[in-house]
Formats: sequence, C-alpha cells, structure tokens
Amino acid sequence: MTDLTDLTLTEARDGLLSKRFSATELTKAHIAAVEAARSLNAFVLETPEHALDQAAASDARIARGEAGPLEGIPLGVKDLFATKGVRTTACSKILGNFVPSYESTVTSQLWRDGAVMLGKLNNDEFAMGSSNETSAFGPVVNPWRREGSNLQLVPGGSSGGSAAAVAARLCLGATATDTGGSIRQPAAFTGTVGIKPTYGRCSRWGTVAFASSLDQAGPIAKTVRDCAVLLTSMSGHDPKDSTSANVRVPDFAAAVARGVKGLKIGIPKEYRVEGMPAEIADLWQAGQDWLKSEGATIVDITLPHTKYALPAYYIVAPAEASSNLARYDGVRYGLRVPGQNIVEMYEKTRAAGFGPEVRRRIMIGTYVLSAGYYDAYYLRAQKIRTLIKRDFETVFQAGVDAILTPATPSAAFGLAEMQTASPVEMYLNDVFTVTVNMAGLPGIAVPAGKDGQGLPLGLQLIGRPFDEETLFAAGQVIESAAGRFVPPQAWWA
Amino acid sequence: MNAHTRPADPAKLIKGATGDWEIIIGMEIHAQVSSKSKLFSGASTEFGGEPNDHVSLVDAAMPGMLPVINAECVAQAVRSGLGLKAEINLTSVFDRKNYFYPDLPQGYQISQYKSPIVGEGEVIVDMLDGSRFTVGIERLHLEQDAGKSLHDQHPTMSFVDLNRSGVALMEIVSRPDLRSADEAKAYVTKLRTILRYLGTCDGDMEKGSLRADVNVSVRRPGEPLGTRCEIKNVNSIRFIGQAIEYEARRQVDILEDGGVIDQETRLFDAGKGETRSMRSKEEAHDYRYFPDPDLLPLELEEAYVEELKRGLPELPDEKKARFVESFGLSSYDAAVLVAERETADFFEAVVAKSDGGARDGKAVANWVINELFGRLNKEGLAVTASPVSAAQLGAIIDLIGEDVISGKIAKDLFEIVWSEGGDPRQIVEDRGMKQVTDTGAIEQAIDAIIAANPDKVEQVKAKPTMLGWFVGQVMKSTGGKANPQAVNALLKAKLGIE
Repeated sequence: MTDLTDLTLTEARDGLLSKRFSATELTKAHIAAVEAARSLNAFVLETPEHALDQAAASDARIARGEAGPLEGIPLGVKDLFATKGVRTTACSKILGNFVPSYESTVTSQLWRDGAVMLGKLNNDEFAMGSSNETSAFGPVVNPWRREGSNLQLVPGGSSGGSAAAVAARLCLGATATDTGGSIRQPAAFTGTVGIKPTYGRCSRWGTVAFASSLDQAGPIAKTVRDCAVLLTSMSGHDPKDSTSANVRVPDFAAAVARGVKGLKIGIPKEYRVEGMPAEIADLWQAGQDWLKSEGATIVDITLPHTKYALPAYYIVAPAEASSNLARYDGVRYGLRVPGQNIVEMYEKTRAAGFGPEVRRRIMIGTYVLSAGYYDAYYLRAQKIRTLIKRDFETVFQAGVDAILTPATPSAAFGLAEMQTASPVEMYLNDVFTVTVNMAGLPGIAVPAGKDGQGLPLGLQLIGRPFDEETLFAAGQVIESAAGRFVPPQAWWA
Repeated sequence: MNAHTRPADPAKLIKGATGDWEIIIGMEIHAQVSSKSKLFSGASTEFGGEPNDHVSLVDAAMPGMLPVINAECVAQAVRSGLGLKAEINLTSVFDRKNYFYPDLPQGYQISQYKSPIVGEGEVIVDMLDGSRFTVGIERLHLEQDAGKSLHDQHPTMSFVDLNRSGVALMEIVSRPDLRSADEAKAYVTKLRTILRYLGTCDGDMEKGSLRADVNVSVRRPGEPLGTRCEIKNVNSIRFIGQAIEYEARRQVDILEDGGVIDQETRLFDAGKGETRSMRSKEEAHDYRYFPDPDLLPLELEEAYVEELKRGLPELPDEKKARFVESFGLSSYDAAVLVAERETADFFEAVVAKSDGGARDGKAVANWVINELFGRLNKEGLAVTASPVSAAQLGAIIDLIGEDVISGKIAKDLFEIVWSEGGDPRQIVEDRGMKQVTDTGAIEQAIDAIIAANPDKVEQVKAKPTMLGWFVGQVMKSTGGKANPQAVNALLKAKLGIE
C-alpha cells in the first residue's frame, strides 16, 4: 500500500469507500505525519484524540453505508475558525487560551459531511501578514527549499500553516481565509491549490474577523479537484451572516473536467508590472498557451484602476480591522493585563496582546477613519474600490469568462529575509491578489511551474461573481498541463 | 417653524440682570423599541432578570459573531416614523460608532449616522393654556443600547451587566424649536403619548425606556443662536424641566458676567437639582463612524411601508379632533382624554351603548375626567385597573339621563360601585335610591316645611335667593331622592315667587 499521506483527498475518499483502508488508519497516518513535522510549526494545536474519535465515527458510518461527502477525511483548520471546545486564538496572544462554545459555520459544515479535524493551523496574527511570521506561535517553515540550500523559507501568509500542512502531506486539505491574498499567495508559495470564493459564498459566522468586507473562507488542497470537493461542503447561505449570499451551491467537482473549450480568457496588461522576473512572465505565457491549446481564446484586456488597488486595500482593510479588533479589550475573555483604571487596563492589555504588525494596522485604520481624514482616505479608497469593481464588470460584460494572472510577484522568500524591509515591500506580495478581494470576485491559485531555484510558482485565475466552476475547469487544465508539485522529500521529519 | 423663524414670545423669556434672554432647546430622545428580542440578536429584551441573563454570543461580542437585523425593530421604527408624519427612507445604512467602554462589548455601537431610517417629521404640541406649537423632527434612527457598568459591587473593580447590550433604541432628534422648560416637558409628554399609541415604545421612564439628551442655549431675542450645552441622559419629565431651568439660568449668569459658554456635555444631578460638566468639546470622542461592513444597507419597499401605514392606530391628534367633532367636547377635555390611549379607549367604551347607540359625550367626558380620574388618581390606579368598568359607569350615566337618580345620588352610587361592585341599576332598585319625581310626594314634603316655617316663608318673599334654603330642606326630608327640578318648580309655585 502506498503511504496514505501521499494520497489526494479524492483518492483517499475512493480508498475509504472501497474499504481499502479505514478512516482510523488514514487518520493515524496523518497524526503521525503531523507529529513528525513539528519543526515546520504548521500546527499550533494538535487534536489527535478528537481526530480518532471522529475517524471511528466515520468508519461506523462508512460501514452503515451512510458516508458523507468528506467522510473520514483528515483536515487541518486555520486557527481563525472557531472550533467548539477547542482553543481558538487567531494566533494572537490577546485571545490567550480562548475556547469557543460555538463552531464556525464553515467548519460545522465540514464535520456535517464527515471530515476529521487533526488540529488548528498556524497563521499570521489575525490573518495580518504575507509570510506567517507575525503569528504569536512563531513562523511556519515552508516544506520547500531552494535546490541545494538548507535555508528556511516562508510558506506565505496569512494561511501559511494551512498551505505548509497540505504541501507537507500532513493533512488532505485545510480551511483557510483570504482577505487580500491569504489563500492564494501561500498556495502559490507551497505548490498547493487554493481558492478564495466569491464574497458571500462561505459564511463568515464564527470566523475571527480581520476586514469584514474582504474576508472570505476557502480551502487549500493538493489538487484542483480536492479544492472543489472541499468548497462544495464549505459553501452555502447562512442566515447568521447578513453578507452571506442566498445562491445555489453547485457540485463544484462536477465542473472540474469541463475543459475550457470556447472560453475567453483575459490577460490584463496592468498585471505586467515593471521589473517582473522573466520566469514569472514565462510562466504566465505558458499558462496562456496551455489554455489556448485546450480550446480557449486568449484576449488582451485592460483593468485600468489596478495600480490603485493595493494602496486602497491598505486603507480599507486596516480601517475595518481597527474596529473589528476593538472587542479584544481584556474585559470579557482572552488576555487581561490589570491596570490602575480601565484606560490603563485597555492600554496594557492591548499593548501586550497584539503583535507589532497588528498594532501597526490598528493605528493605520484608526488614523484613516479619524475626523478630518475620513474623506481623504476611507471614502476615496471606497470610491477606488467601486472603480476596480467596475473594471472587472466591464471586462466580463465584454464576454471574458476568466482572467489569468500570476499569483505572486516571486517565489517563497527566506524566513526573516524581509525583516529589514519596509512594511510596504511586504505588502507588495499582495499586488496580484488584492484586486480580487476589493471586487468580491472568486480567485484560484494553481501551481504552474518552478523558478530557477526549484521553488513552485503559481498562476491565478479570476472569475465572474459566483462562477467558481469556470475557475475549477480552467484550473484543472493548468494542473493537467503543469503537473502536480510535491516537495521532493520529507526533510523535516 | 424653526429656531430662526419662531418669534420670541415675551412670556417665555427669562429675566437677567441686564435684560431678557430667550432659551433655545432641542432634544434627542432615546426610546427603547418594544420588541421581544434585541436589534441584532435573538436575546430577550425583558426588563430585570439576573445580570447577564439575557446575553447572546453576539451581544457579548465573542470572536466571529455577526449581527443580523431584527425585522420587528425595523417595522417599529417605520411605524414610529409614520406616527411622526415623517419621511421614511427606503434605504438606510448602519454605521459603527467606535469607542471603548467596558459595557460596550464590540468596542463600537451599531447606529445610523449619515442615512437614518426616518427623515424629517413633526410633532404638534398643545399647551394647557390652549396654545399649540409644532416641533420639527430632524430624524429618527435605530441603534443599539449599551450594557450597564456597576461600580458599587466591589471595592476596586467595576462589574458589567450586558442584559441591555444590543437592545434596540430609536433616537429621535428634534429641531431646536423649544423655548421653555414647560414646552420641553410638553413635547416629551406628547412624543411619549404618540409612541405609546403606536405601541413602539412603552415610554416607561422609570425603567429607562425613554431618556432625553437636552441641548440648551440662551440668546438675546432676535440674535443668532448661542453656544449650546448638552445635558445627557435625563430620565424623567420633571428632571427635564429642572435641568433646563437650572442650565438656562447658569448660562445667563455666565454671559451676564461677561463670560463665554463652553460647548460641553453635562450631567443632571437630580439630588442637587443642578447640571455639572462631564466633558468638554476638546475631550469629545472621535467616533470614527463608518458603514458597518457586517450589515448590508437596509432596503425597504414602498409596499411594505404602505402596509405598515394601513396598520397604524388612530393617533392622539386625530383622536382629539374626532372627540371634539363627534362628541362636542371642549378641546381641553378632549386633550385630557387622549393623553393616554387607554383613557381614550375607556371614554369611548363608556360612550358606546350595548345597543349600538351612543351616550352623551359631554356627560361621559365629565364623569370620566372629574369623577373617575379624580378617584383613580387618589388611589394611584391606572384606568386599566379601574374598579368601575366602562359598562358600570355607562349605566350610572344612563340612570341620571333617565331621571332615575339625581347627580348627587349618582356620586353615592359611584362610590358603592367603586367599593362593592355590582349592577348600578340593581343597586338603585335594591337600596331605594330612586329619585322621587312623584309630585304628590314632593308637594307633601313642601307643604309640611312651609307649615313649619312661617318666618322663612315671609323672608323668601322679600329675598327670592332664600329659595335655596327651602330646596335644601325638601331634599333633606326626601333623603336626597327628590328630583331637584321638580322641587324647584313646585316651591316657586307654592311660595308665589316667579
């Protein structure tokens, strides 16, 4: 029998249903992999007993012929999702040992469908970061290394734990969240597939908020098909989230093999940024060629307001965050550092509880919402957002089915390599991904090649609102052409 | 009518050492929406209960919790807007008002800042002297209430009770159209009446269901508006009057001493009857309002508003006009009756006969206002708890109308019904309270009195007003049951006075 952790989610599901192995066996194999990979720091909390209980229940359901769509599938959960009775911290000291009495809608749907939880995954503190280095639990190490180098690389962020765990074969899939690229960038950095669905596709209820108008949950998995299977379970209207869309959830997996024949794929000239490395440009071209050879038409398009997206994003997201994080005040739960009076308690608690990047964004957000600055910053950023949205609408109205871009401006970089860089340089990691959040559109990152040092690189496909199906179909074409990207050896174990 | 067009009324000016001053008052009323659950959560709004008994995960702002608008609170706000003859905004937006306080779990209050659900309207206020004026309503918006900090439970710590956290409030903002403490009190009273008619707020000020922020400034008549001070959270109509009077006098004293008014927020100390500074303009919060991204703009359909409009009850102004028109009541009596929906309902129940006919409205109003209200006030009872039912009072009034009993006997009968209950007609029958209209019996009594008092007979011929003495004697001898008109007529004939 092949190593159970080498299987894709879809393969594992087939194996379970044909009883080639049990959910308990599959779970045990992954628990062992998780334990052996602690040096990657992908998991911030392991829940093996919980996993084995769930696996046993799955085996019983499989035996009764009552298997759900994700029956017995071991998954990791980003620590932003509230898990009932299981510590949830958003990887921030301010939540301390917070244990929710409730389960997020997204994860509850996964358990409903039979999935097994291996534990909670590391992420940038409150999902604020692009390298998973802002986590209170320390950074995650990318299972990929440059050829001939032992230098530790970042897995990207903020869903760095999710991406690293999937790439390192510690779980068959993971939940993640994406506010400006937090699913797609780490997926690209680790050779995994990640999709941020349309805003409103997945409920935000029970997920720790970063920027409410941008946050969306989505899966990271080994293949396009696995992502489709996971997203089907994670999606759906939730009356507890007023921004959740009351639209039909298709069986996304059914769209994976649809092909791209007759589709019109747009190539936005604004994404050809100055100083783009040749290997990224080449990868982008390769993607176009693969889609074209499968019957798609490639068209040049323009999204004229793209260059304003990043600065506008870094106003809107911190503004919402500054307000969303006000509830972490030491009064009701989480960390409390006592003070002589309430103001001192607030100040000491929040100074001790939030890391530097979170503090920076709270300060930026507070500033841009202040009287006298609101119009100049927040209001203008919202206007830009409308223009960005309109750019996309114009293109889609002209018949474009999906847009192809690079996922990131570079491959994974070294741990602490950006330490001396300005925050803005780190923010540039999101340059290709933030537009999608600003417009509320779906975007998928699919690994498509390697850079000169053997590190995976990803392409991004952007779709119409609620048309994730086209992204899965086109993503599959890229995956089929480029092949899968698996770290060469488990050097961490 | 507004601050600039309403001419100064000399009667309302206050005297300073250097001349007259006009008081300008505007109010923000916080009215708790009558609803079973909170504005954005399913937790109960019930008053009382142990601290933190009515708190959902949303109210406590647990991580990842999201607000969902309560449709009933929206309907109540629209009804209130319609009752204020206001424009209903079909699109409104919820904003976050950001500030830190332990009883504000989210770190922001969800309110409506730039786009309220209700726009401009008006309230017509009648004063006791018969005068009336209109108060412009600037807006009504929905917002969350905060919890309560308890500072007296522990030597060094404060406790927080979140039962009120998230309860829906309507903030009703008036224009600065009020000119005296009495006007302000009358305005709040009227607003409260309208909301209670609508059933959108119970108006219970003791339980905090209605609180007022009062903006007060003074100026020389005809001059531009002065700097205002805002007195926060005044929770009784009497205190509103006291706070305004104190604050206006304070401002006049400062100005007359050559000082300037600092724009600030003040608190009313009910114990001392004075206002004191809470925070200055410089210390004012920067609330960093922005649209709440967890909530979509609130969109209403015209048909929905129309539906609510059709379901509105008759409001006090219309009811009052109808009472004057249909029952010939004085404006004053009508105003007294419509002040509470329950008393107006009681009045109408007394007027309505079981056979579909109607009793004389004036007579009924007289009895309800003078006898019933008088008695209820004495006992501290609400009209809904009246021991005398509408049907019983109607029967008493009928007995007077039918000349079965006199007005005086009717008062005795009212007392009996009040304390013992029973069918008034039966009581009159059983206790022999019927009025004597039999002229023979009355004549007999008169003859006896004339015979026994020859001196008085002489006197009355010289001084006809002495007739009253004879009437009294006859009534006394008939146990008060003689018909006074018959007594009068017969006495005049027998004594030979015209």
